[in-house]
Amino acid sequence: MLTVFLQFLFSGLTVGAVYALVAIGFNITYNATSIINLAQGEFVVIGGLMMWFFSESLKLPFFVSVALTILTAGIIGFLMERLTIKPLKNPDLLLMIMITIAVSIVLRGILMFSFGKEPYVYPAFTEGEPVNIYGAIIQQQALWVIGITGFCIVLLFFFFKKTMLGKAMLACSVHTTAAKLVGINVSRMVMFSFILSAIVGAIGGMAITPISLMEYDKGPMLAVKGFCAAIMGGIGSNRGAVLGGFLIGVLESMTAGYIHSGSKDAVALVILLVILFLKPSGLFVSKTTLDLRKF
Amino acid sequence: MKRTSGKFFVVMVAVLSVCLLCVNAFAKEPYKIGALLAVTGPASFLGEPEKNTALMLQDQINKAGGINGHPLEILIEDTKSDETQAVLSAKKLLENDKVLAIIGPSTTGESMALVPILNTAATPLLSCAAGAPITQPVKDRTWIFKTPQYDISAVEAIYGYMKKQGISKVGIITISTGFGDAGKKALIEIAPKYGITIVAEEKYGPKDSDMTTQLTKIKASGAQAVINWSVGPGQVVVTKNWHALRMGIPLYQSHGWGSKKNIELAGKAAEGVIAPLGRLVVWDKLADKHPQKALLKKYTQDYEARYKGEPGTFGGHAYDSIMMIVEALKKVGPDKKKIRDYIETKIKNWPGTGGVFNMSKNDHCGLDKNAFEMVVVKNGDWSLLK
Repeated sequence: MLTVFLQFLFSGLTVGAVYALVAIGFNITYNATSIINLAQGEFVVIGGLMMWFFSESLKLPFFVSVALTILTAGIIGFLMERLTIKPLKNPDLLLMIMITIAVSIVLRGILMFSFGKEPYVYPAFTEGEPVNIYGAIIQQQALWVIGITGFCIVLLFFFFKKTMLGKAMLACSVHTTAAKLVGINVSRMVMFSFILSAIVGAIGGMAITPISLMEYDKGPMLAVKGFCAAIMGGIGSNRGAVLGGFLIGVLESMTAGYIHSGSKDAVALVILLVILFLKPSGLFVSKTTLDLRKF
Repeated sequence: MKRTSGKFFVVMVAVLSVCLLCVNAFAKEPYKIGALLAVTGPASFLGEPEKNTALMLQDQINKAGGINGHPLEILIEDTKSDETQAVLSAKKLLENDKVLAIIGPSTTGESMALVPILNTAATPLLSCAAGAPITQPVKDRTWIFKTPQYDISAVEAIYGYMKKQGISKVGIITISTGFGDAGKKALIEIAPKYGITIVAEEKYGPKDSDMTTQLTKIKASGAQAVINWSVGPGQVVVTKNWHALRMGIPLYQSHGWGSKKNIELAGKAAEGVIAPLGRLVVWDKLADKHPQKALLKKYTQDYEARYKGEPGTFGGHAYDSIMMIVEALKKVGPDKKKIRDYIETKIKNWPGTGGVFNMSKNDHCGLDKNAFEMVVVKNGDWSLLK
């Protein structure tokens, strides 16, 4: 009984870790710009596919491939902001969100033409037997996914709390005009937020691909689940995003395990709705904070 | 001297042009057939190899002198994997182009949308989609045929093999798409006939990344084997999870498993996976005297030489559809009614890529479970099971 429960839990945590990373990606852009970047799922796909391209197609060493993948994702995030968000004369929130949808469609198209429609995969980061905990089995790569997610969370926490750049980005989200007045280059912060969210998404993609495979159109599903996680935890709160991500992953897995696998997506969404009814600002954000935001 | 050569040229040109005119006048009118294929859209993984096959066959047939001297012209229309577009394109082919027959569409949904139209227009349709309702009931489907095997035949092939292995309790896991749902229905329907009980029945979405939970449930249910019914990345993820969990019971896949790509993607995890596959993917393992061997070899090698990729079962469906029409045209000429009758009554013991076809008044597909070979993955390659 315990074995089965643990197995469901591990499966949920693995999937949830990726939802959490996507949710954090949403938060980073949201915190700097108050917009929801709906191309976040495509960054995850780019991470997986570019990693395959560098490590399997070009046969580059592991760490070089990781570095190049992060670089590519960063450049795509940079280009996205400079080409579509910055040139806007009249930056309207809704308009910017529409633009991110358009970018996600374009990115998906480019990925389809360059990689085709087949799924891709590369070997797990460490080879070897799955780990056995009380009879439940967890793949080594799943541990990597959870570990990398944890590492990213800690790193981002220090970035936003302790570094000048991180604090400046947070300041933009609290009040753009005030941030400008104290001498923060808001436009540059917005650019950084896009680069950072692209990198976080790509890291998730690199970690999950050996488990789940990656194909060009996996983005929208990840974006929806990550968005749910972000909303559940309270948009803007990274703590909330992490909890939301793991919660949705585990809920899905438990539903599949104890109720029926056909209803797992529905149950997760119903629970999200219930939470939003009881606490519309999400688990970790107070209503006052939400009211202060533009969107 | 100069003047004569000038005159000579004029005469030459005149003679040549007359000759050209003559050739044109003598060349026979082309036979036009339509092809409605999902070249773009979500089903493009079907439409792409089908289109390639159609173009390749058109070239090969015309290079060899056409059909009784008539060139073959295949008019390819992209249905964009969409029912409405399929209907519009079908009307165009029927009314403007006056085609003699139509091959395709690629998906069951599109084919169903065309059934009433082609029946009214009294034009043969040779669908490249698998769904049983396309050709059943036959009495309302006079003009409709299909070349892919029935899902039910694949299920029968699996259950037949399981019976020999002494397996009586199975857990099934299916993808939540039309393909998975049709498979699930067939798996549940036929189980009692083979004395098989389904002890667990699980599902997953087409983009899901982990099926460990579902497989754990199946294992806990006491199943002696798992059957996964899906196409796309899901079948590889299931295979990897099955391997990681060390389930200790065999994994069976549907006939959608038949691509070398799947073995590549699943790597070591694919070892020991069993599936009913059409002979197209295992042609090199067949005995030389097998009726399908020669044509499978030629088709696969020609396709690979021209397109640098494997045709897969789907390209094969287009091959069978086109070749049936071509044979009918050769024997009875450009008469829609005669083409239909020929396909229904004369396609007997007819080797194609999907199997050896036996069309009849009651069966407009003509394939049964014998169209499949049970195949296991061994050392990264297919291996036939006896």
